[in-house]
Amino acid sequence: MKKLSARRRHPLAAVVVLLLALAATGGLYAAFAPAGKAQADETAQSLAIEEGKKLYAVGCSSCHGTGGQGGSDGPSLVGVGSAAVDFQVGTGRMPAQQPGAQVPEKKKVYSQAEIDQLAAYVASLGAGPITPTEEQYNPEGADIARGGDLFRTNCAQCHNFTGEGGALTNGKYAPSLEDVSPKHLYEAMQTGPQNMPSFPDTTLPEQQKKDIIAYVKTVNGEETETPGGFALGGLGPVSEGLFGWIFGLGSLIAVAVWVAAHTAKAKKS
Amino acid sequence: MSTVTDEKRKAPAGERVADWADGRLGIYSLAKANMRKIFPDHWSFMLGEIALYSFIIIILTGVYLTLFFHPSMNEIVYHGSYVPMQGIRMTEAYASTLEISFDVRGGLLIRQIHHWAALIFLAAMFVHMMRVFFTGAFRKPREINWLFGFLLFVLGMFTGFTGYSLPDDLLSGTGVRFTQGAILATPVVGTYISFFLFGGEFPGHDMVARFYSIHILLLPGIMLGLVVAHLILVFYHKHTQFAGPGRTNNNVVGMPLLPVYMAKAGGFFFLVFGVIAAISGLFTINPVWALGPYRPDQVSTGAQPDWYMGFAEGLVRVMPGWEITFWGHTLALGVFIPLVVFGLVLVALAVYPFIEAWVTGDKREHHILDRPRNAPTRTALGVAWVTGYVIMLLGGGNDIFATHFHLSINSITWFVRISYFVGPVLAFIITRRICLGLQRRDKDKVLHGRESGIIKRLPHGEFVEVHEPLSQQQLHSLTAHEQYAPAEIGPSVDENGVERKVTRGQKLRAKLSKGYYGEGSQIPKPTADEYKEITSGHGHH
Repeated sequence: MKKLSARRRHPLAAVVVLLLALAATGGLYAAFAPAGKAQADETAQSLAIEEGKKLYAVGCSSCHGTGGQGGSDGPSLVGVGSAAVDFQVGTGRMPAQQPGAQVPEKKKVYSQAEIDQLAAYVASLGAGPITPTEEQYNPEGADIARGGDLFRTNCAQCHNFTGEGGALTNGKYAPSLEDVSPKHLYEAMQTGPQNMPSFPDTTLPEQQKKDIIAYVKTVNGEETETPGGFALGGLGPVSEGLFGWIFGLGSLIAVAVWVAAHTAKAKKS
Repeated sequence: MSTVTDEKRKAPAGERVADWADGRLGIYSLAKANMRKIFPDHWSFMLGEIALYSFIIIILTGVYLTLFFHPSMNEIVYHGSYVPMQGIRMTEAYASTLEISFDVRGGLLIRQIHHWAALIFLAAMFVHMMRVFFTGAFRKPREINWLFGFLLFVLGMFTGFTGYSLPDDLLSGTGVRFTQGAILATPVVGTYISFFLFGGEFPGHDMVARFYSIHILLLPGIMLGLVVAHLILVFYHKHTQFAGPGRTNNNVVGMPLLPVYMAKAGGFFFLVFGVIAAISGLFTINPVWALGPYRPDQVSTGAQPDWYMGFAEGLVRVMPGWEITFWGHTLALGVFIPLVVFGLVLVALAVYPFIEAWVTGDKREHHILDRPRNAPTRTALGVAWVTGYVIMLLGGGNDIFATHFHLSINSITWFVRISYFVGPVLAFIITRRICLGLQRRDKDKVLHGRESGIIKRLPHGEFVEVHEPLSQQQLHSLTAHEQYAPAEIGPSVDENGVERKVTRGQKLRAKLSKGYYGEGSQIPKPTADEYKEITSGHGHH
C-alpha cells in the first residue's frame, strides 16, 4: 500500500485511473448489454417487420388502420398474433374482397415468405398466439378415436360430423374442413377466426388439437375411405332423400314406363 | 288315338302335385277365379308395385340384419376393425351396427339396400297415393282401401323412424331427442308418455330394445296385414281404368293376370330389386361409422331425419319459439303447434275422399278414372297440399340449402314461413287455371279437330291452318268424363210458403259444391249437338 500511496502523485497517476475507470465501465457495459448474437437476430426480425409493415401499408391498412389499430371496416390487429395472420392470409381469406356476412376462403394472394413478414409485423404490434411449428400440428401418431370424440363434443355442432361444414345465422357459416392443412386447422383452433370461438391451450391442449387434426384428416381428407360407395357430400338425410327421390324413384318410374310400354298386345288397337 | 297303354300311364308330375294340392287346398277353383283376372295397362298403375316390391326387399334384408344386430344399450368399449372408433365407449347397438358394416359378409350392402329401399318405399307410396288422388281412384267403392293405403304410409313413416333410431348413432339419437321434445310439448300427458316410452329419463336403457320390437315386429306385422288387405281389396274391387273406347264402369279392359301380369310383375320385381341393389352398391346411405355413438351432450349440425319425417322437422324449424305459461304450466307452443299441424296435414289426406263424396253427394260406384284436368278443384287442392308439404321439406333442410346456395338461413326460414301460407293458395289458383285451360283445349280439339300444321292459302288470300278431325275413339276419350252440376239448396220456402229449415251443413255443402262445379270451376264439355252443328258446316270455319 505504501508503494501505491507513494506514487499517487506521480504525473501518470491520473492517466492510469482514467484507464481503469474506462475499462471498468466498458467491461460492465459488455457484461450487461444485450448479447451480440441476439443483436444479429434482431436485425433479421426487424427487417421482416420492416418488410411486413410495407406490405401491410399496401394491402391491409385501408381497413385495419395504418398502425393496426382497426377501423370501421376491420378489427384491431393488436394482439391477434402471428398465428391469426398466417391463417387468415394463408387461406386467402385476407385481404378480404368485399364486406359480407363472412369472408370466404379463396386463392391466397401472398407468398408464404410475405405472409411470414406480415405476421412478424402484426406480431410486433402486441403479443398473441404464435404460428405453430410443424411438431406442434403434425398429427402423426395422434389418437384418432379420441380426436373424434373431441371433435363431436367441440366442433360438430357447426362443422358437421365429419367437418363438411354447416350454416350459421344470417348467411354466416362454418366452412368445410376438407383440404384444410393441419397447420391451418391448428391455427384456427388457436385463434378462433371470424365466427369461431378460440380454443387456447388452456382449454384444448396441444395434444388434443393434434388428435382432432388426425380425426379430421382421417374422415375428411384426401385418403378418406368411403366403404359405402359415393358419399353424396356426407351431408346426411337431405342429400340422401334428394338422391332417393330423383335417382332412386326416378329410375324406377322410368323402368315402370318401359315395362308398361312393352306389353303383350295381340293387336295394337 | 289314345291307346290302352296311354291310359295306364301316370299323369305328369306337375299335374299330380297340383291334384294333390287341390284335394287339400282347393287351388283349382281359386285359380279358375283369379288366373284370368284382367288388369288394365298404364305405367302409373305400377307405382304401387314399386312400393310393394321395395316393402318385400325391406323385409328380406331386414331379416338378415336381425341376425347380427344386438338391440342392447349396454355400454362397451369398441375394439372392432374401424380404426377411428377404437377405444370409444358405445352401446352394443352401435357396436353391432359397426360390425354389420365392416365385419359381417355382405353386411354393409344389405344395410344399404335396407335403408335405400326404405326411402324408396316411402317415396313410392307417396307418388302412388298422389296417382290415386289425382285420378279420383279413391271414390266409392275404394274409400276404405284409400284409408288402408294412408295407414300404410303413416305406419311406414314410423317404422322408418324407429328403424333409423336403432343404431343409436349421434344423428338418430338427436332425432329421438327431437321426438321426445315433441312428446314433452304435449300438454298434460306429455311427460307421462315420455317416461312410459323411454322407461324413465331420456335416453334411459330401454329405448333401443323397445324400438327394436316396434320396428321389427309390431309395425311391420300390422303393415303386412294391411298390405294383404289392400291387395285383396284391389282384387275385389277390380282395378280402375282410364276412359276409352269399349271401357265402361262395368268392365275392365286389359290383360289377364296369368300369364301376362305374372310375367310382367315378376320381371318388374327383379328390376326394382336390381335398381335398388345397384344404388346401394354405389352410394352410401347413413354412414353410421362417421357419425359416432349417441351421447346426449353431443350434437352435430345438419341433423335431419329421413325425408319422410322432413316436413315435421321443417314445421318445428320454422315455427317461432313461442312459449306461454298457463295456470302455472309452461306450454311450449313452438313445438306443440307444429305437432298439431303435422297431425292435421296427414288427417286432411285421410279424410279427403269422404269430404269430396259429401260435397258431390254422389253415391254411385266409380271405376273409370278422371283425368286430373277434368276435376280442376280436386287437382288444385292436391297440388296445394303437395306444395305445402314440399315447402316444409325445404324448411327442414334450411341449413343445407343455406350453405349450398350461399343464402342466409334466416331468409330461408322467413321464405318458408310466408310461403307455407301463400304458396298453397297460389298453387291452387294456378293449377285450376291450368286445368281449365286444358279443358278448353280439349273442347277445342273435339269441336275443331287437331292442328295439322298444314297452312292453306285460300283463293282470296287468307291463310288458314287445316284442322284434322279426331278419330271416333279420341272423341270418346275426350268427352267421356262426367260433369257435376253444383248442388242447390232449393227454394227457401216449401210448397206451403212456410220457411224451410236449411241447416248450416247444407249451406256449406252448397257453397263448396259451387266452388267445385259452379261457373268458372269447369268448362262445359262439348255436347253432341255442338259437335254436329260445327262439323255439319264446310269442314273448317
